[in-house]
Amino acid sequence: MAYKIYKVNEEFKDIVPEEVVELEEKATWGNPKRGVMDLPVTKELLEEHSLCAGCPESAAIRYILASLPNPEDTIIVNSTGCTSLVFPHISLHTVHSLFGNQNSVASGIKRVLEWRFPDKAKDVVVLAGDGATVDIGLDYTLQSFFRQEKITTICFDNEVYANTGGQESGLTPKGHVFKMAPKGKLFDKVPMWQLAIDSGCHYVARLTVSSPKKVERVIKEAIYVARELGPTYIHLYTPCILEIGLNSDDGLDEMRSRDKERFAFFEYKTPHAEEVIAKYKAEGLL
Amino acid sequence: MAKLGPAHYSPYPVAVYEGILTPPKGKALLFTEIVDEEQAMREAAKAMLTRENATIFPGPQVLYAWNDEAKEKAKLIKEMAQILDAKIIPMYDYRPKYPKIDPEVEINPNHPNLTIWHNKIKACIFIGVHCHYANVALKIIRSETDCFTIAMCSQAGHEDAMITLRDQHVEEIEKFLEVAKEVKKELGKA
Repeated sequence: MAYKIYKVNEEFKDIVPEEVVELEEKATWGNPKRGVMDLPVTKELLEEHSLCAGCPESAAIRYILASLPNPEDTIIVNSTGCTSLVFPHISLHTVHSLFGNQNSVASGIKRVLEWRFPDKAKDVVVLAGDGATVDIGLDYTLQSFFRQEKITTICFDNEVYANTGGQESGLTPKGHVFKMAPKGKLFDKVPMWQLAIDSGCHYVARLTVSSPKKVERVIKEAIYVARELGPTYIHLYTPCILEIGLNSDDGLDEMRSRDKERFAFFEYKTPHAEEVIAKYKAEGLL
Repeated sequence: MAKLGPAHYSPYPVAVYEGILTPPKGKALLFTEIVDEEQAMREAAKAMLTRENATIFPGPQVLYAWNDEAKEKAKLIKEMAQILDAKIIPMYDYRPKYPKIDPEVEINPNHPNLTIWHNKIKACIFIGVHCHYANVALKIIRSETDCFTIAMCSQAGHEDAMITLRDQHVEEIEKFLEVAKEVKKELGKA
């Protein structure tokens, strides 16, 4: 089994740091029923992160990592952005792509894995921000949907280029003003979830990360559908509390308030995706 | 300030720019010379037994019990540490650490300024470290410290180490332990 790579040799248990031993003994390997409810009692796959205090993106990443049904056989492809500060600290295979081409890299990895391990489920998940997914990488993202690549794409939408000082992105809503966009955005937010549907995704969801259980369900469904059918897309609102002028404990309230308006929960499933989800539900995995 | 090296990223030339290549099969590399494996083993044992703060850096390929060879090698490395009176500092993965690593507890090739215990470790063995990271770390140590580096590699070896032993599997490590015991006796340390 792949998670043997986390099993420390008995001879070395006294010299490796405690967190490495815990990763073997207390993390949830080989258990597709793992989920966000395990977070308080098991070892997380994210050791620590270097995002700002109270950043909703860090919560999103923790929920996603806790929800992966098959972490020992999952490869995460990420891109430049705030999220790239986190990936060096997680205990899974990750690939940092160029800014924008994450879906192309993920496509290649998935194809090779299918060829190399035809009898084993290996999931490839793209985690990238709005700049990488919708601005710089829109072409690569949509082309991977057109090609029906069996990957899950998750977009962390904070509606701004946050770590470069606050430039507007394609996902900034019309009229929003940021430090480096003082005149306010002149055109509408790109409806990426709709583009994903039109481009052939079998499962699409749009939500905030205010509800961990909902995030878990969406992540699992998207990964199972991608495994069996083709591309899936999840659009998560993870506001940048610094750029919109909130305190570090305001992130959750900000997301809850958007739950009722432009990030109201939205889900799309093709009939085939419904069948796949029903199958996994019958197996008790959803 | 040092001048930029030929590779333009390190201030010092790496071994390959000085014409040093990995040894052919069945041989070992001792500084710039291709020598017999046993001779290199003797020199490696001598360096570990005579230099300050000798340390073994086991990498993920031997730290984790992912196959039978790794389990066997783990036992032998523990024995090796006893014979050579060496410390063991693990290189258990290659993630850069935030805010910084503790060099007393681990070695990480992403933190060149902290590796090799602020240059107090004067001899070390790399074993079970994935080649691409061993190459990075050995280059940094070679250029920034006076640590005597020994690479025990299960593949082709590393030219940036002072001694390279290639194709080191269980049998070869057992042979090294025998050589190390002999050298220890010769040095009157047994």
